[in-house]
Amino acid sequence: MNAAQEFNFSIEATKNYLNVNYSVKSWLFTRDHKRIGLLYLFSIIFFFFIAAMAAALMRLELLTPEGDLVLADTYNKLFTIHGVLMVWFFLIPSIPATLGNFVIPLMLGARDVAFPRINLLSWYLFIFGGGVTLYSIIIGGVDTGWTFYTPYSSAYSNSYVVMMVVGVFVAGFSSILTGLNFIVTIHKMRAPGLTWMRLPLFIWSMYATSLILVLATPVLAITLFLIALERLWQVGIFNPALGGDPILFQHLFWFYSHPAVYIMILPGMGVVSELIACFSRKQIFGYTFVAFSSLAIAVLGFLVWGHHMFVSGQSVYAGMIFSLLSFLVAIPSAVKVFNWTATLYRGSISLKTPMIYALGFIGLFTLGGMTGIFLATLGVDVHVTDTYFVIAHFHYIMVGGMVLAFMGGLHYWWPKITGRLYPEKMGQLSALITFIGFNLTFFPQFIAGYLGMPRRYHAYAAEFQIYNVLSTAGASILGVGYVLPIFYFLWSLWFGKKASMNPWDARGLEWQTASPPSQYNFEQTPIVTEQTHAYPLLTSEKTLRKVMHVR
Amino acid sequence: MSFPFFPASGSAMATQVDRLFLFLVALTIVVHLIVFGPMIFFLFKYRESKKVDRSPLKFSTLKVELVWIIIPLILVMAVFAWGSHLYVNLQEPPKEAIEVNVVGKQWMWKIQHPEGNREINELHVPVGSVVKLVMTSQDVIHSFFLPVFRIKQDVLPGRYTTEWFQATKVGSYHLFCAEYCGTMHSHMIGRVHVMEPKDYEDWLREGEPTEPLVQSGQKLFQELGCSGCHSMQSQFHAPLLEGIFGRPVPLEEGRMVMADEKYIRDSILLPQLQIAAGYPNIMPSFEGRLSEEEIFQLVAYIKNLSPKKAKSGKGKP
Ligand code: HEM
Ligand SMILES: [Cu+2]
Repeated sequence: MNAAQEFNFSIEATKNYLNVNYSVKSWLFTRDHKRIGLLYLFSIIFFFFIAAMAAALMRLELLTPEGDLVLADTYNKLFTIHGVLMVWFFLIPSIPATLGNFVIPLMLGARDVAFPRINLLSWYLFIFGGGVTLYSIIIGGVDTGWTFYTPYSSAYSNSYVVMMVVGVFVAGFSSILTGLNFIVTIHKMRAPGLTWMRLPLFIWSMYATSLILVLATPVLAITLFLIALERLWQVGIFNPALGGDPILFQHLFWFYSHPAVYIMILPGMGVVSELIACFSRKQIFGYTFVAFSSLAIAVLGFLVWGHHMFVSGQSVYAGMIFSLLSFLVAIPSAVKVFNWTATLYRGSISLKTPMIYALGFIGLFTLGGMTGIFLATLGVDVHVTDTYFVIAHFHYIMVGGMVLAFMGGLHYWWPKITGRLYPEKMGQLSALITFIGFNLTFFPQFIAGYLGMPRRYHAYAAEFQIYNVLSTAGASILGVGYVLPIFYFLWSLWFGKKASMNPWDARGLEWQTASPPSQYNFEQTPIVTEQTHAYPLLTSEKTLRKVMHVR
Repeated sequence: MSFPFFPASGSAMATQVDRLFLFLVALTIVVHLIVFGPMIFFLFKYRESKKVDRSPLKFSTLKVELVWIIIPLILVMAVFAWGSHLYVNLQEPPKEAIEVNVVGKQWMWKIQHPEGNREINELHVPVGSVVKLVMTSQDVIHSFFLPVFRIKQDVLPGRYTTEWFQATKVGSYHLFCAEYCGTMHSHMIGRVHVMEPKDYEDWLREGEPTEPLVQSGQKLFQELGCSGCHSMQSQFHAPLLEGIFGRPVPLEEGRMVMADEKYIRDSILLPQLQIAAGYPNIMPSFEGRLSEEEIFQLVAYIKNLSPKKAKSGKGKP
């Protein structure tokens, strides 16, 4: 494959996972978690840019209130493409399947994941699902939105719903397999001495994420299957005209999709914990609390799906219970934010690119999280749900949060993945551009939303225009922030400085092997004798033990 | 291009929602100060180039953790209570209300007033009175969103949902469909016109000569042959409908159901589903024979047969 040959110029003859073998076949049939991680990386970047093109077109359309750039139908297909690709083919696999695949075995001191062949299979399922989804777009598209609400999707939409649903269905199996693989790997493949309380926080978050992947995704599969049943054979499940119940779909859909939101954010939290620890040279303040907050989020995340349905016609009591539980899930998230901030106290902070991304994550995630409180508050949600307020909220979490964490993690592990350093100044610049562009794009949407601009509108009332103009301007800046790294990352492959084994002087087993690692990761299995983030400026060892003891 | 910052507020409820919203905005600002004030301070103070005290912490992190778990917990519980209080009010319309029927369909809002006046994508209401919307959809899910009153409610096929408001300001405001419903979703919009009561009376009278819903319902009741069974003179054994609305009805299977709009609708369309105790299962289904508007007329008629219930009760505004 080309990428591999390109590396050939720069990486000297020492054998590592990239240059052991150059054939296309060696990549397509690889069972090496690192290569599979890279396969995923290329795939999700591809999907991301298609989805981003759709977003760019939508934002251009929304410059003027009239809806004069594309037809209403086209606009509806655009936001469906954007939503479906971003959620299932970018966000959900982003950190787990790329960075997770690459670093989990390294962090555990293992040779590979527990089931290397299944790992490869899940990439093929992912690509197959993505291919089917793209095909459904090429032959005409789907206009239901990524939420596929029934009975619109199951009975009324005149588009390729079944095809797209099949694509997402197949991709779901890829998620399940990845989740299973990680759970077994984390349980079974830890190096001697690497106890649960010594695990990196990234592993904790990936563990929680995998639990959700395995438990929630089957519900998505069933739900999608039922849509197809009703569409193809008029089985009355969701359409009242056939004796079905339209609300049932929403329960099923959100029972998957709410936990899925945590699939999209927990890995980001894990990455950020690594970055904050490394670049302030300290163990994360309250390690145990941060670790268990991931599990708490995963568990509570299963109980709050009804907060997407406060105006759907569910009972008042159901609404109140879902609201209450939603507030509870806010607490473990808040715990993380407080602990990250506290970690900086008495740290030794360097504002390298990954750290800037991590701090950006905390900023955007905090605003996204606080606006989540607005949405969990019943009386307020009634007004803002299904408006741009919601759009802004979830972009703050998923794009502001997850994409920043992904970029931070990619910069952090880039030297390990490629053996090359990216240009630091360029990295800092693009992090800054992303942060500014992001806020300009999405902050105005909170205001437009409270003013009452509904989402999924291809034409809108003139008074909302100013906020849409700001938002489109911001999106152009944000686009620069996303494209810039592609250039300097590519540049670094040829011209970047060679990376040492541990360029950040970081802790963690992944830094105790060559950059890039050899095919089997470690010369010999490492033995762990201390906390993974045992940075020199440790929060006093004694207090740490005390906290763990009290638990 | 104008720079509106806050939506017009047209009801007491809107004012209350705004108050809670602004409280949350203030809370958000405070939380940001608490989190990012120290963070920015630390970023300067503890830069790696600075010479500062970096000795390990001497206090127990457990106490700190508990503080920042418990205080937010109390705060969000307060917000929960406040928000739920508003929500319960939003869900419970006062008893004395003008009931307007709304049918959503791709892609328009069809509206019927009790006096019989119909309109499309426009809703005329008098200022100061409680207006309750009883809504259903003919096809997919829509959502009836009136930003000026800060209310929104999904409109479902095969079900009735309701929302209510009491306008305080004369004017004309947005009405949006907020649940994605297909190609012309963003054109499924209209206006709500809040009028002085006497203008509203005039408006009702000016409309083409119409027949009040109750009357249309009564006619249908005769024409469809409902009265053949549901009357004193009938040989068939069917429940009398006088006074039934708003009362619990015992079912054959032993359950009780409240005879509300939905119960009546279901009894017309799906009579086999809920058999009233003591009556034979002989009622035919009228599914497919009636439009949503006609069902509304029948419901209005049957409701009117229980005049006491409809007028009693002094709901809070
Ligand atoms: C340049 C950056 C982006 C812009 C300008 C943008 C813009 C938009 C717009 C205009 C919508 C449609 C809102 C509506 O009419 O309902 C939307 C929806 C959405 N976006 Fe983005 N977006 C961007 C990036 C992203 C990214 C990076 C992700 C995920 C990682 C994402 C995830 C979503 C999702 C899940 C939806 C919901 C789709 C739906 O309503 O069905 N967006 N975005
Ligand atoms: Cu609609």
